[in-house]
Amino acid sequence: MIHVQQEDFDVSQELAKLTADNHAIGGVAVFVGLVRDMAGESAISAMTLEHYPAMTEKMLAEIEQEARTRWPLEASLVIHRYGRLEPGDRIVMVAAASAHRQAAFEASAFLMDWLKTKAPFWKLEETSEGAQWVDARDSDDKAAARWVKRDPDAAE
Amino acid sequence: MKLLYFAWLKTRTGMAEEEVTPPEGVATVGELLSWLEGRGPNFAAAFSDRRAIRVAVNQAYAQPGDPVRAGDEVAIFPPVTGG
Repeated sequence: MIHVQQEDFDVSQELAKLTADNHAIGGVAVFVGLVRDMAGESAISAMTLEHYPAMTEKMLAEIEQEARTRWPLEASLVIHRYGRLEPGDRIVMVAAASAHRQAAFEASAFLMDWLKTKAPFWKLEETSEGAQWVDARDSDDKAAARWVKRDPDAAE
Repeated sequence: MKLLYFAWLKTRTGMAEEEVTPPEGVATVGELLSWLEGRGPNFAAAFSDRRAIRVAVNQAYAQPGDPVRAGDEVAIFPPVTGG
């Protein structure tokens, strides 16, 4: 399930909906991302998330589908907000439910790692020095790359 | 062809979207970026660092050698920073 929305969400309600009436689920791994109040040395008063609506839903659906082909998931959820957010606000939630914990932990990490490097969102931070577009991080690329499957026939 | 710009590419080009008709000979993503770069100083500045630019054709990530055609929606943006 994918939701791209401006409004906040309730984590416990979302989890209850995700697992309702499915007793094959033995565990759910959840990640919730929040707005920090610092970027390096600068204090952040707010941030605005811009996105590319037509592509966002498509990419998130592809990423979720990929997770479901790699792990035996009973249910999965990605919620991502856009618009202006303040420190402490929830930005993103991913959840992966499976019979056993390993698939749930791995799939939720995968969903976040691929979302951060593929879903077309951009953060504009408001600091005392003005508004700044956030730069992509190499560490996010490395985190996403650990899930790339090696094709033994691929030419280098 | 419809072009969309996001994040600092929108700021630097000065527009969120535009309709363009590239000349004959512009058949790939790379050729499109080179053509756009020659349209003025704001475009030259926005496109100068190709490593900082991602392109999606019809909402799917594209590489410099991938084709672009009349009627495509081509989005040009920096590496994504969501999550």
